[in-house]
Amino acid sequence: MQLTVNGEPRTCETGMTVEGLLTSIGLDPRKVAVERNREIVPKSTFVTTALADGDVIEIVHFIGGG
Amino acid sequence: MTETTVAATGADTFTVAGQTFSSRLLVGTGKYKDFEETARAIEISGAEIVTVAVRRVNVSDPSQPMLVDYVSPKKYTYLPNTAGCYTADDAVRTLRLAREAGGWDLVKLEVLGDQKTLYPNMPETLKAAEALIRDGFKVMVYCSDDPIQAKMLEDMGCVAIMPLGSLIGSGHGILNPVTIRLIKEQSSVPVLVDAGLGTASDAAAAMELGCDGVLMNTAIAGAKDPLAMALAMKLAVEAGRLAYLAGRMPKKMYADPSSPLAGLI
Repeated sequence: MQLTVNGEPRTCETGMTVEGLLTSIGLDPRKVAVERNREIVPKSTFVTTALADGDVIEIVHFIGGG
Repeated sequence: MTETTVAATGADTFTVAGQTFSSRLLVGTGKYKDFEETARAIEISGAEIVTVAVRRVNVSDPSQPMLVDYVSPKKYTYLPNTAGCYTADDAVRTLRLAREAGGWDLVKLEVLGDQKTLYPNMPETLKAAEALIRDGFKVMVYCSDDPIQAKMLEDMGCVAIMPLGSLIGSGHGILNPVTIRLIKEQSSVPVLVDAGLGTASDAAAAMELGCDGVLMNTAIAGAKDPLAMALAMKLAVEAGRLAYLAGRMPKKMYADPSSPLAGLI
């Protein structure tokens, strides 16, 4: 299925979870927050939230700022 | 002089949203050469609260070092900001993500007006503050140095009022000490000068006005020697605070000799 992750198109297996997506990218799920179609995905549901074709995903973290 | 003064006890703490801190210097984590320098400068500044921004992860290079690996959220209180947000909706969205990423509800709200001045857009700031407070956030708010709008933000439930001294990153210091003083006098929540400070005397001036603290980033990160400036700022904030508590002498028109006139030969 086709996703948009941080503005970039990305293909992944059908039924992949948020946790699965983060792991496949190589990200530590504890260090990021995820928004799916503009709704926050609580960290506690990363493992159970299955992604769907066409989902728009934002993955953010903390960077230096003032 | 009793032994209960700050000079004797060193006890002078600062409380925001029920959390008590001993440092009145809050620092940003941006613009440093690298994360090592960021971590070192913050350590030297003695700051306990650090502001951080929320941005997209670079998914094409996830192995890049992360701020949290150098500036531990266990050691410092992270204050997520909304830098780069120009609408209330963007600011609220950003802080909801920040809360999910870190689990904290103490945040720095800033809604900007334009890219040239980064001056706060106050109508959007008020709108965002209202939405965030309704959603359970504890909002420290970057705002204009307008006492009336500062009061609106306080009445709404913001936990700290943070007027700009001058434009973000400009280093002009406090351009209108009178309005900063007016805001401090009317507020029952902490008032911190956020933005515009350039050097140690600017930080001391903010504290001498009676402000509860200062928040800065570029003044330290943009100095030729950021580590030395971090220490200068720590000392300036402490000195300014002590001077405020001590109560300065009144200004006089004419000279007043320090040596007694009696017994002159």
